[in-house]
Amino acid sequence: MNDLAAPLQEEANTAFRQEVREWLAANFPSELANQDNTLATIEGNAALSPPAEKWKTAMGEKGWGTPTWPAEYGGGGLNRKQTKILQEEMAAIGAWNPIGGMGVMMLGPTLLEFASEEQKHQHIPPICRGEIRWCQGYSEPGAGSDLAALQMRAEDKGDHYLVNGQKTWTSGGQWADWCFALVRTDTRHKHEGISFVLVDMKTPGIEVRPIQLISGTSSFCETFFTDVKVPKENLVGEENRGWHIGKRLLQHERTNLSGGNRGGRSGGSLHKIALKYLDLDSAGRLVDKDLRTRITRFEMRQRAFRLTAGRVMEAVKGGAPAAASSILKNVGAEMTQERAELSLEIMGMQGLGWEGEGFTPQELMGTRSWLWGKAVSIYGGSAEIQNNVIAKRILGMEGEPG
Amino acid sequence: MAVLTEEQSLLRDMARSWAQEQSPVKAFRQLRDKGAEGWDPERWQSIAEMGWTGIVIPEEHGGADFGFLGLGLVLEETARTLTASPLAASALAASSALVLGGSAEQQARWLPGIAGGDVIATLAVDDGPRHCPEDIHCVARQVDGGWLLNGEKAFVAEGGSAELLVIAARCESGPALFLVEADNPGLTRSPRRMADARNYAALALENLKVPDAALLGKAGDPELLDAVLDRARIGAAAEMLGLATQAFETTLEYLKTRVQFDTILARFQALQHRMAKQFTEIELLRSCVESALLAIDNNDPELPLLASLAKATACDTLHLVSREMVQLHGGIGMTDEHDAGFYIKRARSLENAWGNASFHRDRYASLSGY
Repeated sequence: MNDLAAPLQEEANTAFRQEVREWLAANFPSELANQDNTLATIEGNAALSPPAEKWKTAMGEKGWGTPTWPAEYGGGGLNRKQTKILQEEMAAIGAWNPIGGMGVMMLGPTLLEFASEEQKHQHIPPICRGEIRWCQGYSEPGAGSDLAALQMRAEDKGDHYLVNGQKTWTSGGQWADWCFALVRTDTRHKHEGISFVLVDMKTPGIEVRPIQLISGTSSFCETFFTDVKVPKENLVGEENRGWHIGKRLLQHERTNLSGGNRGGRSGGSLHKIALKYLDLDSAGRLVDKDLRTRITRFEMRQRAFRLTAGRVMEAVKGGAPAAASSILKNVGAEMTQERAELSLEIMGMQGLGWEGEGFTPQELMGTRSWLWGKAVSIYGGSAEIQNNVIAKRILGMEGEPG
Repeated sequence: MAVLTEEQSLLRDMARSWAQEQSPVKAFRQLRDKGAEGWDPERWQSIAEMGWTGIVIPEEHGGADFGFLGLGLVLEETARTLTASPLAASALAASSALVLGGSAEQQARWLPGIAGGDVIATLAVDDGPRHCPEDIHCVARQVDGGWLLNGEKAFVAEGGSAELLVIAARCESGPALFLVEADNPGLTRSPRRMADARNYAALALENLKVPDAALLGKAGDPELLDAVLDRARIGAAAEMLGLATQAFETTLEYLKTRVQFDTILARFQALQHRMAKQFTEIELLRSCVESALLAIDNNDPELPLLASLAKATACDTLHLVSREMVQLHGGIGMTDEHDAGFYIKRARSLENAWGNASFHRDRYASLSGY
């Protein structure tokens, strides 16, 4: 940007900020301030309250739930500066993004990159409006960390594929409208025999069985496919070339899943919880010195994580590859879990309530989040797989003796 | 890596190639073998000629006023190859004291010499083996026309070669910083030979008389001392980032070449995951160090917090990486012939400099209000 354009740009940004502020004032119901509930977004199917429903509709129509996506597909069409302004203005009044889920985090960016025009126009606008819930058909009983070992068969039947097999760990499968899935279209080649397809969950032959987790909730399902007909126009990219599309989607997943991309930030600062539950000495320090140290360690590491996430964003903006992005998933997961463990420790037995009287809703939610959070270092490529990726791809630790 | 300006990139590249080509670890080894005084006058000369001694000094005093991120990049690169220079002590720590607290006369008297590398200056704060700026025993008493200093300073980096010492002492109203010239008759310097083979001295101050004009800023101002210390801490963290990066890369290279059980060690998953862990820690450290350096340049109110974050993270990370360096090299890492020993020894010195990890965790907690 040259010097002459800079003041004009500045003026445009100020005007945009004003526009955002006015629009939020008119559309964000103030009673929803700071009522964001990540767990419910990921796990639940609770009906939204009328104000929340109204807020979701407004954001969906405006396209600001997916601010950087092209406006022609229903996105906000905003540049990075405008997006930042939007986020700042939302944060200032405790407004949160009601548009989310796998369609936004993973599938949308992948479709924008690989799908045909028809597919983009069919599938992206409903994602922007938050109308369609997507689920992920990747893992199978015999294909977890070794995902390319997947066996769910898609036979070519002319105008459609006939799909048979089983997927598992299908998050939100029982509520999903559509599923993006990796299927085997060629049994002779491992990676080059996989295709990426979009499946309407209402198609006859699909059966979904929720799996009860240690958190007592059932956010994951087993999904059985028996003679399911998937029209050929639902193939994304070329047949047998789905592996690299699927992997690309996983990159979006890993970026977004760095602990829900919050690195254990949700739920407010840990030391505020500590101040509520624990005693202080005369100097205003937590009496439990060991716990104080560990809370401090956590908060410092979380800060380092956030600084690193910011550094990765800056590098991406500058078009430079950032090796640091490979560490975000593991550190984010570690932060999420460590935060939950420390919260439990701070609350003592009060932090282990399961249901019923004697506990606040936050305490009960905390128990479930703690247990559910054990998943974040397993899904989307376990911590061990991430370390393999770092060692091999970034550090080059493979090959034969030189 | 932070997004650097073109000038900053050029500076980093220049520092990297100079360190690798003109000041390799071999140069440090020769220095150590000679039993020299723990610093390298020849390379110091080159550093001064390239202008690195004046990076954070204002232009009117002969510096480049180029910012702390720039100086941090140079410290990182020179630390990678263990360059035994007083750059951190003189061009960063002592310079900061003069820039932040010095009067026009004090700055005009000392900064041009420091910027040109002719004067080596250093900062002496701690009385004992542990960093404890809240508890300075060295006393300054106001007398006619000046101050009388009594007490001790321990393990002063570059204390043997410095011509100017910025000394912290306690006066009635709190801490104060004084400019003391090395030839002051009240000052006795005794060398301390340390494991890292660098230049350290113990100072004894006995009725050391300085004029009023030797006081930096105003007496009893803990903010000046804190601000100077935070810069020194961040400088040390930048050096530690360089050491950790090089120690890690040297180890990685070794694992890719050492063959056991008919294959290179790099193919063993147990070792891959230990290296992935260290890589992760170093990337987090880089973010902390760069943010802290930028916080100085941007006058960020969070500077104290970011300084403690950077130094604590540097201590933990370099500690891990230097231990792993020795362990993963196996027997060869135990030999003096190999460089691993140099890194673990230097690591521990810098871990202790300006507050170790537990000091900075406690400070971070207190600054955060718990």
